Amino acid sequence: MAAACLRLVWLAPLLLGLVDGGRAEPPRDALREELVITPLPSGDVAATFQFRTRWDSDLQREEVSHYRLFPKALGQLISKYSLRELHLSFTQGFWRTRYWGPPFLQAPSGAELWVWFQDTVTDVDKSWKELSNVLSGIFCASLNFIDSTNTVTPTASFKPLGLANGTDHYFLRYAVLPREVVCTENLTPWKKLLPCSSKAGLSVLLKADRLFHTSYHSQAVHIRPVCRNARCTSISWELRQTLSVVYDAFVTGQGKKDWSLFRMFSRTLTEPCPLASESRVYVDVTSYNQDNETLEVHPTPTTTYQDVTLGTQKTYAVYDLLDTAVINNSRNLNLQFKWKSPPENGYVHYQPAQDRLQPHLLEMLIQLPANSATKVSIQFERALLKWTEYTPDPNHGFYVSPSVLSALVPSMVAAKPVDWEESPLFKSLYPVSDSSSYFVRLYTEPLLVNLPTPDFSMPYNVICLTCTVVAVCYGSFYNLLTRTFHIEEPSTGGLAKWLANLIRRARGVPPL
Amino acid sequence: VPPEVVRGKRAALFFAAVAILLGLPLWWKTTETYRAPLPYSQISGLNALQLRLMVPVTVVFTRESVPLDDQEKLPFTVVQEREIPLKYKMKIKCLFQKAYRRALEHEEAALSLGSMQEAETMLAKSQKQAEGSLTVYVISEHSSLLPQDMMSYIGPERTAVVRGIMHREALNIVGHQVIQVAQAMSLTEDVLAAALSDHLPEDKWSSDKRRPLKSSLGYEITFSLLNPDPKSHDVHWDIEGAVQRYVQPFLSALSAVGNFSVDSQILYYAVLGVNPRFDPASSSYYLAAHSLPHVINPVESRLGSSAASLYPVLNFLLYVPELAHSPLYIQDKDGAPVATNAFHSPRWGGIMIYNVDPTVYNASELPVRVEVEMVRVMEVFLAQLRLLFGIAQPQMPPKCLFSGPKSEGLTTWELDQLLWARSVENLATATTTLTSLAQLLGKISNIVIKDDVASEVYSAVAAVQKAAEELASGHLASAFIASQEAVTSSERAFFDPSLLHLLYFPDDQKFAIYIPLFLPMAVPILLSLVKIFLETRKSWKKPEKID
Repeated sequence: MAAACLRLVWLAPLLLGLVDGGRAEPPRDALREELVITPLPSGDVAATFQFRTRWDSDLQREEVSHYRLFPKALGQLISKYSLRELHLSFTQGFWRTRYWGPPFLQAPSGAELWVWFQDTVTDVDKSWKELSNVLSGIFCASLNFIDSTNTVTPTASFKPLGLANGTDHYFLRYAVLPREVVCTENLTPWKKLLPCSSKAGLSVLLKADRLFHTSYHSQAVHIRPVCRNARCTSISWELRQTLSVVYDAFVTGQGKKDWSLFRMFSRTLTEPCPLASESRVYVDVTSYNQDNETLEVHPTPTTTYQDVTLGTQKTYAVYDLLDTAVINNSRNLNLQFKWKSPPENGYVHYQPAQDRLQPHLLEMLIQLPANSATKVSIQFERALLKWTEYTPDPNHGFYVSPSVLSALVPSMVAAKPVDWEESPLFKSLYPVSDSSSYFVRLYTEPLLVNLPTPDFSMPYNVICLTCTVVAVCYGSFYNLLTRTFHIEEPSTGGLAKWLANLIRRARGVPPL
Repeated sequence: VPPEVVRGKRAALFFAAVAILLGLPLWWKTTETYRAPLPYSQISGLNALQLRLMVPVTVVFTRESVPLDDQEKLPFTVVQEREIPLKYKMKIKCLFQKAYRRALEHEEAALSLGSMQEAETMLAKSQKQAEGSLTVYVISEHSSLLPQDMMSYIGPERTAVVRGIMHREALNIVGHQVIQVAQAMSLTEDVLAAALSDHLPEDKWSSDKRRPLKSSLGYEITFSLLNPDPKSHDVHWDIEGAVQRYVQPFLSALSAVGNFSVDSQILYYAVLGVNPRFDPASSSYYLAAHSLPHVINPVESRLGSSAASLYPVLNFLLYVPELAHSPLYIQDKDGAPVATNAFHSPRWGGIMIYNVDPTVYNASELPVRVEVEMVRVMEVFLAQLRLLFGIAQPQMPPKCLFSGPKSEGLTTWELDQLLWARSVENLATATTTLTSLAQLLGKISNIVIKDDVASEVYSAVAAVQKAAEELASGHLASAFIASQEAVTSSERAFFDPSLLHLLYFPDDQKFAIYIPLFLPMAVPILLSLVKIFLETRKSWKKPEKID
């Protein structure tokens, strides 16, 4: 690219006459970052990063947009497509609730996108289509394969997580692409949205080659409007970028359950992000009596934080990066979780599929009795697809999107009411109405179904065979019609006659 | 001949007739690609299009500007034609249509005022001038409106003033001066050459011209503040105020050219891709001119793509160098520091380096608060913006006084110049697009041409012709709109995805499917036709032999 030096042009006297405006206002945006390290009951280690950018600005009103911490690419999306909420996740692997306990935030394998549009949007489907195409460009993912065949409009689940003054489900769209493979190319644009990029703060730990050597990797972007102040007179926009990984501590630690930041991420924290107003690392150090193991955390935490999280009393060692501490080593602990479901009234919503237009949607609100197993089964028929609809590797099978379980679980311990804005980020994702229960959303594994797969050379074989049969019939028919047939007297001579005569002579019969 | 043989012959002939009359058309119809008719001859005609750009100039004579007998001849109209020599297949001609007339009462009154500013404001009140037209007032030789040594004056609007003369050839002399002034204010070769720079061959003439931004329906302007060292610098800029005060007036003056949207962002930890050199003499850092091209690419990955629109983006970066590399200066080719500490890259945008005042480091601890002086930054960015749009420094005729633009930073006739250039550029682009589309469609017969593609092509051709007509009759505004339509429809036709549907259906696969059926069916028919033909020829020759 050619570059040219420039000398000041005559505009100078013209502008100098105008007076420069007043000083900049106090920053209207704030960044909080947080890392929660949870030793899982199975011996694995889960690390959950959350980066939350809050922007006190009404994106949909202002004409000229000026961005500081909030990424421009996402801000433009909000105003152009009139979004109210956007939730996008890319996940590799599956969160095994039985072994790992309930997650802070689970996401289905592959890519999941659900969006609430503002009620000013007239053509929701068109905006949804354009939005998924733009997002696929931003995150280098194949979200452009989202179309009407895999989009649903749930009516009971997926309520807005943020501020909402109406929940007309017409403005909600939900789609899952279970086939999507999450890779470095999705992580890089995600990291670019962070104000400190991956140069300082917690984000230095986000090194792609370690993050993808994990049993579970889920990265997500959540945008929603939140209250700006306690009285909720105006709204702010909140962008949460979350990333959860589960390290197999046994495999990576050669059979030992010890772990360290360096062993997990091959990096250590060196400096806080200067833009963050809060930068903390929480380590789950809850001790349980039934296990004899104890957890030693090194260096010794300055403060601890105790609270009820996901229905259990938890103790966290807190390291505030904005203070001084730098973490070096800590040890591991077994945890156990128990899980019950809340009583609710029944509700069944079933929207049958239309071939090549929309998928099935079955939503059930059920109350599960204690200590019971509930099985929901759906019978389906295997059908042949049109031959152009098969994927290049049809024998791999076809994915059925995972089912979603949203539950309000009664808490074992009553949580004390806390200020929502002050509490740590992992506590405040889902709005909680009362402290006696907590909200959990779980996803099952995607189902891989083998459909009858035809032999793809068959059309050509059929064409060849049919053509040959037609040609043979045609040939004899043609001969029959165009040739003239007349009886021919057998001619004298020839090899056959000579041979016959030879035999006749040997037999003593007169020759022909 | 036995009747059996005749029947066989007839049957064979019937088969052949059915295959040719019924089978072939059926096969043709079912496998044909739909190709709507296109105006191929009109498209090839566009290449030889003669563009005649007409500039209507009104020349107004005040009472004592020229001798009386010359004034008697007024009003009349002269058309002066000039070919613009460009190495381009389109011939471009410039027509200056000079309409001479006497001054009206209020014009006389305005021009007898004391100063040029007063005269201009009074004249501007009375009339509204169309885009692309000019008015030149001829004042008396001894008028005090102009300084004594100046012969002419070019104002910020579409008006100019020329000093008259008392001479036998007065009309000719004044006419020559009017042409000089009108050329400076409307069409020059430079303007058109810059507009067509993409279509002209790469020779010396065009390569040292800076290529202006390509014509588009809209533009996106992004101001980015790069702060690579937030630990040491806490940089604040009042971009909202600066955009409102300096950029918006300029853009609203330019609004005829396209839609503009402005946004800004702050990027932290974004570094330039080049390590600056340390100069011990002045204890400062330098970026050499030859390393500037390498500065842009690493920064660009952080700028982020514009998700919301498809318009071209102009980037303006303000770079506050990190503490370890400051102060940082840009060197030009001779090694001297550039006064503005900025550079621009054609069709991309500009970068300015903003050094923090070193005294603030002593006063407070890190990070130091830095308030960016927006006037200094914006005057550089606005000057760069003018350059990127190809608004060159005006070339004044000798002894001419130029008032300079008003506060928005752009004279009205500069905008007209831009519109002329953009119209010509749009026409050239549309013609090229249509020609290559027609060539492509002619070359590859597999491409389906749908009706909507065809209608886009038709409307593009019509819009090109309309724009050319409007240019020839001097209606600049409608010509520009028509040329934009031409570009839009021609590109829409060219990039229509339906063109690609059957493109990758290769011939060998087609024949693999046809041969198993067609070969066994065609061979007997052909053989019996040959046989019948041979026999008939024999039977024709036989009677001759008997004779």
